[in-house]
Amino acid sequence: MQTRLNVASTGVRTSPKLVAQPATVHEPRQTFRRLSRRSEMGALVGAVVVFVFFAVLGGSKFLSVGGFAGWTNVAAELGVVAVPVGLLMIAGELDLSVGSVIAASSMTLAIASGYWQLPYPVGILLALAVGAIVGLINGIITTRTNVPSFVVTLGTQFGMAGLTLGLSRALTGSTNVSVTPDPVSKSIVGTLIAGQFETSILWCIGLALLVGWVLHVSPWGNWIFAIGGDKESARAADIPVARTKVVLFVCSGLGAALVGVIQTSLYNGAQTAIGQSFVFNSIIAVVIGGVLLTGGYGSVIGVILGTITFAVVTQGIYYTGWSSDWGSLILGILLLVAVLLNNTFRRLALATKRQRSVGSRKDRNGNATTRTE
Amino acid sequence: MATPLLELSNVSKSFAGSDALKDISLEVEPGQVLCLLGDNGAGKSTLIKILSGVHRPTGGEVRVSGTPVNFGSPKDASVLGIATVHQFGGSFPLMTVERSFFVGREPTKGWGVFRIFDKKTAAAISVSAVQRLGITRITRGDQIVGSLSGGERQALVIARAVHFGAKVLILDEPTAALGVKEATHVLRIIMQARAAGVAVVFVTHNVLHAMTVGDRFAVLIHGRKVDDFRKGERSRAEITDLMAGGEAMAELESELAQYELDAGESR
Ligand SMILES: Nc1ncnc2c1ncn2[C@@H]1O[C@H](COP(=O)(O)OP(=O)(O)O)[C@@H](O)[C@H]1O
Ligand SMILES: [Mg+2]
Repeated sequence: MQTRLNVASTGVRTSPKLVAQPATVHEPRQTFRRLSRRSEMGALVGAVVVFVFFAVLGGSKFLSVGGFAGWTNVAAELGVVAVPVGLLMIAGELDLSVGSVIAASSMTLAIASGYWQLPYPVGILLALAVGAIVGLINGIITTRTNVPSFVVTLGTQFGMAGLTLGLSRALTGSTNVSVTPDPVSKSIVGTLIAGQFETSILWCIGLALLVGWVLHVSPWGNWIFAIGGDKESARAADIPVARTKVVLFVCSGLGAALVGVIQTSLYNGAQTAIGQSFVFNSIIAVVIGGVLLTGGYGSVIGVILGTITFAVVTQGIYYTGWSSDWGSLILGILLLVAVLLNNTFRRLALATKRQRSVGSRKDRNGNATTRTE
Repeated sequence: MATPLLELSNVSKSFAGSDALKDISLEVEPGQVLCLLGDNGAGKSTLIKILSGVHRPTGGEVRVSGTPVNFGSPKDASVLGIATVHQFGGSFPLMTVERSFFVGREPTKGWGVFRIFDKKTAAAISVSAVQRLGITRITRGDQIVGSLSGGERQALVIARAVHFGAKVLILDEPTAALGVKEATHVLRIIMQARAAGVAVVFVTHNVLHAMTVGDRFAVLIHGRKVDDFRKGERSRAEITDLMAGGEAMAELESELAQYELDAGESR
């Protein structure tokens, strides 16, 4: 159980017992250094700033239970996609196909259990299978060929969108299919707790704990960081790079499919056009969360904070009385500021030891950009 | 004479029809340093990628302790105690020392799927392993590798190889990006590994570094071995000449002579 508690933290500091002089001398400075070294620092600052900002401007409505439910619901659905996408990005790969996977899995569930009247759990399994298969295809193509995942998943994103639209029309004659979930399934995946909190919040928390455990506590997390940090060195260290990446692509597909299932169950139906906003929103959340776009650095708590930041901005705007048009502007600025902050914190982390040594400034910068030699 | 730990006979490698290596024969014994010398593009990295299981040779044979081997992957080589530090590689700048040291061989606590990465053990072992190589500035396992100097990072990956029981240690240009002091430290570490009975293959284009630690030497030019000699059999000038293929140095010398002549005339 102790491991559960550690889930959220990236680098649980080991006790300095084995070192002759423990680092108790400059306690505040040391603590600051250790904190500033963590990948989620930028995201934490961002989340707090936007929260305070909208709490001040949005007032009591934003801070009410309804306001709280508003952004947690958005954050939860986005988190279910962003957490596995973030894991994949830490391993150095992108997944732009999540939008079409959400649409395809939603339609699969609605057609299977609504149009064909199969049992609802069977429809859920089929929907999840669609996500897993798309992930598998993304993973296999990316690892077998040298085509960047950016291009591969862009291809499956468009391909699946077309396939979903075409098949839906061919099978049902419509792009909009309704379905009635059985009560048990509905209460597990798509209902509102206390009339306003989506069950997706629980799914998101569970997923974050699981992925956090894998990334930060289990030995596999080390593989993921190593693969994203330096693929060739990871391969030379006997890590099954391709297999690990394929598994991560499948997880990403499954996360998106789960959101498809959640939305279909919540709204008792599916349309071919849903989910597309998740493609960029998940990347925004992950990058604000401190994950390095090129891989090798990041944390689950960071991704969650990035997701919350995103949700607070997009929902908080409604409580300010401003036009929601400004939401995107704020997000765009926030994304840039977050990336700059994250770069600064990362440079700080890399520089912690060098400060005391003489010279070699060039070396420090060279190191900061991983491998440019 | 003892059987060489690692032996190559007539090894060739071609990439899409062009020969990167042709008919290379070499051997390394325990407690010896073999220096592979050659200019950029001579084929040094290609040769060690064959030894470490990254590439398969297109001709010839590799033997470990007398037994012919056919490496299908880096793992096959590492199982036989061949550890390679590739050029520019081996350390993960954004990982901590303790994590990077154990990449692919994580110490774990617990049971089955509930196994967890044993940070405490990882920190203790990695820090003491690098400290044994004289890197005293690494005192904590949670230091980020990217905050270390180039020499410290080389020491970290060498310490890792030695810790996991390397019998053959292959280092691809470990001193190339380093300052004088740092390079000296890496050379000292190579001597330490040699003294511990490890067979070292040291790739470099720095003649001085090679002469400092080498027992045997092989010079590569355009994928061919042009010379092969033991410590003391060649002078520094001879080796430099060899590496440059003779011509380049001779050319430079005659050009310099011409400059001096010109300068003398114009005065
Ligand atoms: N994977 C590869 N595919 C094609 N050619 C390669 C490959 N690797 C190396 N070469 C070629 O082989 C030659 C030797 O390269 P390399 O072994 O890296 O030289 P060195 O390490 O001595 O500088 C070069 O001409 C290089 O272009
Ligand atoms: Mg090379």
